[in-house]
Amino acid sequence: MLIVMSWLREYVEGLPPTRAVADALIRAGFEVEGLRGVGGDVSGVVVGEIVDFEIVETKKKAVRWCQVRVAPQTAASDLGVRGVICGAHNFAVGDRVAVALPGAVLPGGFAITARKTYGHVSDGMICSARELGLGEEHDGILVLPPSAPIGADVTELLDLADEILDIAVTPDRGYALSVRGIAREAATAFALPFTDPGAPPSAASGEAASGEAASGEAAGAAYPVVVEDTAGCDRYVARVVTGVDPAAVTPLGWSRRLSLSGMRPISVPVDVTNAVLLGLGQPLHAFDRAKLTGAVVVRRAAAGETLRTLDGVERTLDPEDLVIADDTGPIALAGVMGGASTEISAQTTDIVLEAAHFDPISVARTARRHRLSSEASRRFERGVDPALAPAAAAMAVDLLVELAGARPAPGVTDLDHRPAAVPVILPLREPERLAGRPYSAEVVRRRLADVGCTLTAVAEGDAAEGDAAEGNAAEGDAAGDGGGALLVTPPPWRPDLTRPADLVEEIMRLEGYDTIPVTLPLLPAGRGLSPAQRMHRAVGRALAYAGLAEVLTLPFVPADAADALSLVADDKRRLAVRVANPIAEDAAYLRTTLLSGLIAAAVRNIGRGQQDLALFESGRVFREQPGAPGRVPTPPVDRRPSAEEIAALDSVLPKQARHVAALLTGRREPAGWSTPGREADWADAVDVAHVVAEAVGLTLTVTAGDAMPWHPGRCAELTVGGRLVGFAGELHPRVLGDVGLPPRTVAMELSLDVLVEAATAAPPVVAPVISTYPPADRDVALVVPTRVPVAEVTEALREGAGDLLESLTLFDVFEGAQVGAGQRSLAFGLRLRAGDRTLTAAEANAVRDAAVELAAQRTGAALRA
Amino acid sequence: MPAPGETVDPSRVHALDPDQLAAAVAAARESIRAAADLDALATARTAHVQGAAAPLVLARRELGALPREERADAGRRHNAARAEVQAAYDARLAVLTAERDARVLSEERVDVTLPVARRRRGARHPLSSLSDRLVDVFVAMGYEVAEGPEVEHDWFNFEALNMAPDHPARSEHDTLYVEPTASGRVLRTHTSPVQIRALLDRPLPVYVVCPGRTYRNDTIDATHSPVFGQLEGLAVDKGITMADLRGTLEVFAQALFGSGLSTRLRPSFFPFTEPSAELDVQCFACRGETARQPCRVCSDEGWIEIGGCGMVDPNVLRATGVDPTRYSGFAFGMGLERAAMIRHDVREIRDFVDGDVRFSLPFGIEV
Repeated sequence: MLIVMSWLREYVEGLPPTRAVADALIRAGFEVEGLRGVGGDVSGVVVGEIVDFEIVETKKKAVRWCQVRVAPQTAASDLGVRGVICGAHNFAVGDRVAVALPGAVLPGGFAITARKTYGHVSDGMICSARELGLGEEHDGILVLPPSAPIGADVTELLDLADEILDIAVTPDRGYALSVRGIAREAATAFALPFTDPGAPPSAASGEAASGEAASGEAAGAAYPVVVEDTAGCDRYVARVVTGVDPAAVTPLGWSRRLSLSGMRPISVPVDVTNAVLLGLGQPLHAFDRAKLTGAVVVRRAAAGETLRTLDGVERTLDPEDLVIADDTGPIALAGVMGGASTEISAQTTDIVLEAAHFDPISVARTARRHRLSSEASRRFERGVDPALAPAAAAMAVDLLVELAGARPAPGVTDLDHRPAAVPVILPLREPERLAGRPYSAEVVRRRLADVGCTLTAVAEGDAAEGDAAEGNAAEGDAAGDGGGALLVTPPPWRPDLTRPADLVEEIMRLEGYDTIPVTLPLLPAGRGLSPAQRMHRAVGRALAYAGLAEVLTLPFVPADAADALSLVADDKRRLAVRVANPIAEDAAYLRTTLLSGLIAAAVRNIGRGQQDLALFESGRVFREQPGAPGRVPTPPVDRRPSAEEIAALDSVLPKQARHVAALLTGRREPAGWSTPGREADWADAVDVAHVVAEAVGLTLTVTAGDAMPWHPGRCAELTVGGRLVGFAGELHPRVLGDVGLPPRTVAMELSLDVLVEAATAAPPVVAPVISTYPPADRDVALVVPTRVPVAEVTEALREGAGDLLESLTLFDVFEGAQVGAGQRSLAFGLRLRAGDRTLTAAEANAVRDAAVELAAQRTGAALRA
Repeated sequence: MPAPGETVDPSRVHALDPDQLAAAVAAARESIRAAADLDALATARTAHVQGAAAPLVLARRELGALPREERADAGRRHNAARAEVQAAYDARLAVLTAERDARVLSEERVDVTLPVARRRRGARHPLSSLSDRLVDVFVAMGYEVAEGPEVEHDWFNFEALNMAPDHPARSEHDTLYVEPTASGRVLRTHTSPVQIRALLDRPLPVYVVCPGRTYRNDTIDATHSPVFGQLEGLAVDKGITMADLRGTLEVFAQALFGSGLSTRLRPSFFPFTEPSAELDVQCFACRGETARQPCRVCSDEGWIEIGGCGMVDPNVLRATGVDPTRYSGFAFGMGLERAAMIRHDVREIRDFVDGDVRFSLPFGIEV
């Protein structure tokens, strides 16, 4: 909301300098996003009269070589006429214009000099409204009224110097979308008297006639109006003016206010409705009376009805749309936009003015349904003062009389179906209960009066009754604390004040949030991070310490994300969740695997020259649950939902498991002066998976796996206690080709949820007994068929060796002619130790033999000759 | 060495003669002194100190052959001579060993300024570190960490937070909806639905912080991102006041930007709090002093807006079954990216989600 300070000062006398006003408004909760001065730096601009001009054709366009009189003509001389080049065409001989003479300064310190252009010396410049800082109007130069005296200083004439506040208004404060609303706040901030420009007009200004009786041609009504939907429209005021002068021009003072407020001056009737909208916050609509057929009716649209709105769009109406209609059908979308058929034009002389109050939700829905947000709908959605309509209509009529010579038609149509105001019971202790500091009863009363509330003290007994009667209107423990209570009736422009907490906010903000003390609550002992939360952190740190860089990628993926990974048709990672209104159509789905984001990040890094990468990400993946309900009933919000209702809400949500994944490509160990480095291979992916498991105190069991997008011969399936945790290994060459990553890129992805669950369930570690007896080391070389996984041989050796085995190390793997085709030699070192004695050579040999024996049985291993 | 009682040729006994011993000692000392390195010293040792042919060793053999009455004197003389030679040898050995060690260690000198990058360096994402750091501040105060789903039901994301379907504040949320739209599923627009879940799941009083990812329908550019991190706090107990909120936020602001900075609450509006406020922290760079401006951090405002807060709206308490006449609460929330951008001078919000390793690596692993 742009607030023109001269306008604000007209509504509140005695305001301090604008900077102080801005600071006070910020303190009261109005975010001032900008403070801008206009016109204060303009000098040397005078009123001139176009005496004559000739057209100069140039390559680009035709310009005018004008003779402008800038000093009153005297009998003695005609020296006051200067030649000025001007590119605009919106003026005629005899018009008065603003001329910046050589030496003049325009906004922004722009100095004017005489200079040669288009073959003439231009002795000054004819200014547009924008060049004078008057607004955005730059289609032509500013034409001044004929009454402007030649030679007069334009700065003084137009009272150019002004300041503008740009205020961000929160959605609960519709009243502040007007000079009136901000004026009340400014007056309160500086304890200045405030006369409400929106106060109901005195009976003299129009013969008010209320109620249904006013509809039709009843006496006192200005125009016949029927409100069929009184819930959608609880106030409808209509006034009529006749004899509007179509040639009337909005005077500069008003057009300047409008343009400084961000609105383009158009014609007197339109400008007047905008002036009332900005000044008081009441959206008005002006119908061309000559184009109306029959009574105005406020009703819901019928299915299939259409309306061409002022923006030229033909709209099909919804039966929920509230419309203004006449005998021809809908003529306006109530509170949103008028229709083309009854639009006022340059020929309009008789006008029906509408000042109404429409239901905020109805307007919001219609505006959203038709994607049509207007100055009017923005205000109705946030709440317009329903008491304001008569005053707003009166102001508009007065302005039309003043500016366009209009005649007010007798009578006022006023259909008033406003519900009675609902008072709020405010226990006097409630402000202190929420603020943590006391407010005296006197302060509470004064601040609520500043807001516009009317107050009545209630006895404690009444307060209790009131509490029961008003239901949730009172939240404070009115009866119990003995502090008394106030019966507070909020002003009609504050529909947001419905509960004690709302009133407390008003008291607190007007007294100042900076007067609230600083304390800390006394908390019960917390339990710290949960085991799962500690594990998530541990995993992130372990991977970072292992030399991987964490990334957080966007979770949006294209429809073919699963295809890019060559996932099989029934892979659960194809059950992707779709965003209904995605930011980009090629990123409309949510990731089902973290690999999608890591691959994209790796491709991006490589494209930027970083070939050696070790990336990881920890986050959620999303998967639809087949068979989940598409929709469940939504619980009300006036009570706690039942466990069943909560479970139902959760049942429509997709599965959102937390995963961790890593991707490595290029060198795992850096190259340098002493080493060529080492390329990452499948084992690094498995190693990184072990890093994750170790960080949560688990050991992964590795078996050969076969899952996309991994290389079928280089994919490790990782389990804990028989539960699948994830996969690690080299990525499938086809996938790497498809996504554009180098060959041999490796990756792993684990379910953190499964890991955390297993880790949380794991019993405490049992400490080993540390033997001080010497170890016995035995090496064995076994020839095993190549297809037998080492893990199986290792497992057999461990089991066969039994409790005396302290550690087992594979120290050599050999394939070659010596061991025969299809075979390989595995050399293991067994370290044996007993807790209670030194092992004899015979004992150690027996353990070794038992181990080899079991390995031979299970895997066909033979001692290498 | 001859065994006791062994007969020795008297003609050779003169080796124990004082003059002979003195000459042997002198020859030994000269040889030891002249030894230029450890090898030469070893030769001298064989020749004069311990070798089978060394004069002193030979002289020792003759001791037994002496008449008993001369043996004691000769033995003393021989011991003295031997000790003198040994001392000379030990001293020279020490000198030569030190010389050799110095030479060898000097030859083994390396350039320790050579780069030793044998490990790949890793890093956590700055938003993860920041989130953990802030969470720790609250955990230390006794708060617990609550989490919730990122695809959330409208009821948790909006309705229970006092944002009915036609609430004007909803339009400010630029919500990403999830298909099918009738399901009421949205990508959560804030972490506030976690507050609802915390109030439903936990016994009162509730003191939680909720860090997590949130989503808005914003196209990514220098200052906007469709995905961003939030951290919210919630306290619901008997007697919680706005004063408690102020105190808590001061602790929070210190954790974020350091101590000694004042905070400011400005009245504002959020559907889920009443009264509501915006939280500003004094600019850590210029502290609002014109002498330190122009300030790139705060654009000379002197204040940095870091989040919203307020007293939990009675409607929110009611929707979660908490009696607003007996309990009160405060809530606050902030955007992690904005805080990190201010704290670490990040120019482009997209750097957080681009995954370029050059962005994460300098942050290392914050402890």
